[in-house]
Amino acid sequence: MPRLLLFIPLTLFIALSFFLWKGLSIDPRELPSALIDKPFPEFEVAALLQPERILTKADFIGSPVLVNVWATWCPSCRQEHEQLLRIAQENKIAIIGLNYKDERAAAMNWLQELGNPYVFNIYDESGMLGLDLGVYGAPETYLLDAQGLIRYRHVGVVTGKTWQELQVMIQNLEGNP
Amino acid sequence: MIPELGEFALILALSFSFILAVIPLYGAATLNTLWMDYAKPLAKAQFTFLLISFICLGYAFASDDFSVQYVANHSNSQLPIQFKLSAIWGGHEGSQLLWAFILSGWTLAVSLFSRGLPLDMLARVLGVMGIIATGFISFLLWTSSPFLRYLPRFPADGADLNPLLQDFGLIVHPPMLYMGYVGFSVAFSFAIAALLSGRLDAAWARWSRPWTNVAWAFLGAGITLGSWWAYYELGWGGWWFWDPVENASLMPWLVGTALLHSLAVTEKRGVFKSWTLLLAIFAFSLSLLGTFLVRSGVLTSVHAFASDPERGFFILVLLLLTIGGSLTLYAFKAPNVKSESSFGWLSREMLLLVNNVFLVVMAITVLLGTLYPLLIDALGAGKISVGPPYFNALFVPIMSLLALSMGISGAARWRQTSMSGLKKQLLIPAIISLVVGSIFPFIYGDGFNFRVFLGITISTWVIATTLKEFKDKFRNATSMTAKLSQLTPSYYGMMLAHMGVAVVAIGITLVSVYSEERDMRMAPGDKIELADYQFEFQGAKKVTGENFTADEGTIVVTLEGEPVVTLYPQKRHYTVKRSMMTEASIDAGLFRDLYLAMGEPLGDGGAWAIRVHYKPYVRWLWLGGLLMALGGLLTVFDKRYRSKSLTEVAHA
Repeated sequence: MPRLLLFIPLTLFIALSFFLWKGLSIDPRELPSALIDKPFPEFEVAALLQPERILTKADFIGSPVLVNVWATWCPSCRQEHEQLLRIAQENKIAIIGLNYKDERAAAMNWLQELGNPYVFNIYDESGMLGLDLGVYGAPETYLLDAQGLIRYRHVGVVTGKTWQELQVMIQNLEGNP
Repeated sequence: MIPELGEFALILALSFSFILAVIPLYGAATLNTLWMDYAKPLAKAQFTFLLISFICLGYAFASDDFSVQYVANHSNSQLPIQFKLSAIWGGHEGSQLLWAFILSGWTLAVSLFSRGLPLDMLARVLGVMGIIATGFISFLLWTSSPFLRYLPRFPADGADLNPLLQDFGLIVHPPMLYMGYVGFSVAFSFAIAALLSGRLDAAWARWSRPWTNVAWAFLGAGITLGSWWAYYELGWGGWWFWDPVENASLMPWLVGTALLHSLAVTEKRGVFKSWTLLLAIFAFSLSLLGTFLVRSGVLTSVHAFASDPERGFFILVLLLLTIGGSLTLYAFKAPNVKSESSFGWLSREMLLLVNNVFLVVMAITVLLGTLYPLLIDALGAGKISVGPPYFNALFVPIMSLLALSMGISGAARWRQTSMSGLKKQLLIPAIISLVVGSIFPFIYGDGFNFRVFLGITISTWVIATTLKEFKDKFRNATSMTAKLSQLTPSYYGMMLAHMGVAVVAIGITLVSVYSEERDMRMAPGDKIELADYQFEFQGAKKVTGENFTADEGTIVVTLEGEPVVTLYPQKRHYTVKRSMMTEASIDAGLFRDLYLAMGEPLGDGGAWAIRVHYKPYVRWLWLGGLLMALGGLLTVFDKRYRSKSLTEVAHA
């Protein structure tokens, strides 16, 4: 019987390698979201800066928007923040923040400190909306069309190059709605 | 021509490591002395050719040979020479070459410093290291050769090294870290050799100990350097992010810590053999797993090197063979007999085992947090991410318990300890630490704070119990100096490392609770106050470096009217990569850092967004890390590792 116990590490390792092998076939950067061309999930969540205001999907239907998933615990979010501010300045598209599994005070502080590129922020404290959306980790950015359908998903930092690509997609959306 | 020589040398190194993996092991199995004797020269040959290969890549960087793809992607003619050379490990291919090179270095070291080792043991250890080298050099040659060319047309200049990596931290951090990762391969090989030969005596533990301690020290130093680098280079004053790549280095360190304590028990008391073997396998397996996670791209991370599923697949196969193979061997051959000696429920053995369990539980916690998103994803249950809240929530209680039992195990005796004896030993340290912990937040801060109380109490506890134990050594000593020289380097190393733990804990506690930061719009002449310091912004000017231009702010810092320092933070623009970098300016001190970073220019009046941090005791984090590493290194100077091996030679 004790000899059998010595097989436990091996068994656990085999189980782990199975998951690693599965993991290889999933590319976390390009995860073609299962939700591409599907509607953004329904939600009713409080706003970050005005806790009494309840946001729903209706708040961003009507024109294309970017939904940016961020959190204060995420170093890469800090990295992309300057680019988001520049996009906001260009005024071509509204950016909506999805503050993901964060603390309200810290997040408000962050916006005050670094500037606020967002039209408004959804305060997804429990991460439930993130789960519905299939968020892998912050930062992630989704492009939604005027009907609220998810048209593109970007995982990782939004750079100048990403923004150029996004602009082309936005123009296409506006060209043939 | 030179790059082809490098590739050719790599192929030769592979041939030698393959022979090393076969001949000595076969010799050991068939007791053929001649074949076993091949191990040493083969280790030397393997090292020589990897060295040649490494120098060739260095030469390609130094001579700006942009026909080599790897050089073209990671260097530039304008890059300062020290960064050209450190760019060798600035990307995937080169860092794998560094990995293989360091492995051959450890193999060489084992073959050189092994006078006391029986020939069959040496042949087995080197043979196992040869197997690992064969796997990794094949990986290099087949999926990630750094010597591939852009021919016939190649770029006129290189794409430059990522500006984040153009820094002293990058020159030293990866080699240190790899010395640690790869160093655990020695303990691993000793464990496998012991399993193969079936000789699991105290001698095996004694041989493994110095190697394990050194690898552990390097890994600790590497992690410390990485944290320090992130602090000053990423520009916002954080020092640990629970990023998958950081976790990948923390896990083997935690298990390595468990391993070196377990080895000590096995050597001294002949118990825990199976457990020690398992830890030796785990420590190196986690190093390999770390490589897999970083290189395969299964997890997204801020360290995002180029990642590639084909490489990931190759490493996964390597993992399966090495870890799977060794665990199978373990399952069949690990000793499952009763220990040589017995020990009671309350004994140093038991307490060390408890510490071991805490460390392993922590490592598993980190592993789960790192892999959880992947597991959930592979199960098709959706995608989730695990943030620092998870890690912090588990790390703090487990580490507090560990520190508590650390103090107790120092006071406990081998075999059996009486409760009343322990009480007598520990009562005074316990009172001291509770008092210091309770008073500290009132004196240093402005009122009671539970986190400060907890952190300071456990740190004081570790320091007080370590000092008490030290003092007790002198109880029956006749002369102070005689006793001081009688204590071994191992003992001093242990003291130093345990003090390091306390110092790190103090640093983490105080910097987490008492840091202050402010983000301000500052026009020239503006002043702000933070933690009694006054900061006056005197405007920004343009400066140019070798491969960047920058806006440099001048900020004069005064404390109650007395000048302290003038700081010059920069906002750099790297011309080739077209990327912006925040170069923080830091006034470092033992009790506080002043940390200044430039944000964005605001308006035409020369105003800037300036970020000011006050970071108390942040240096203690790294100071403590270095103390631990120094402690680990010190133990190697213990005479008994050398004298015992010499006496064995004399007997032979």
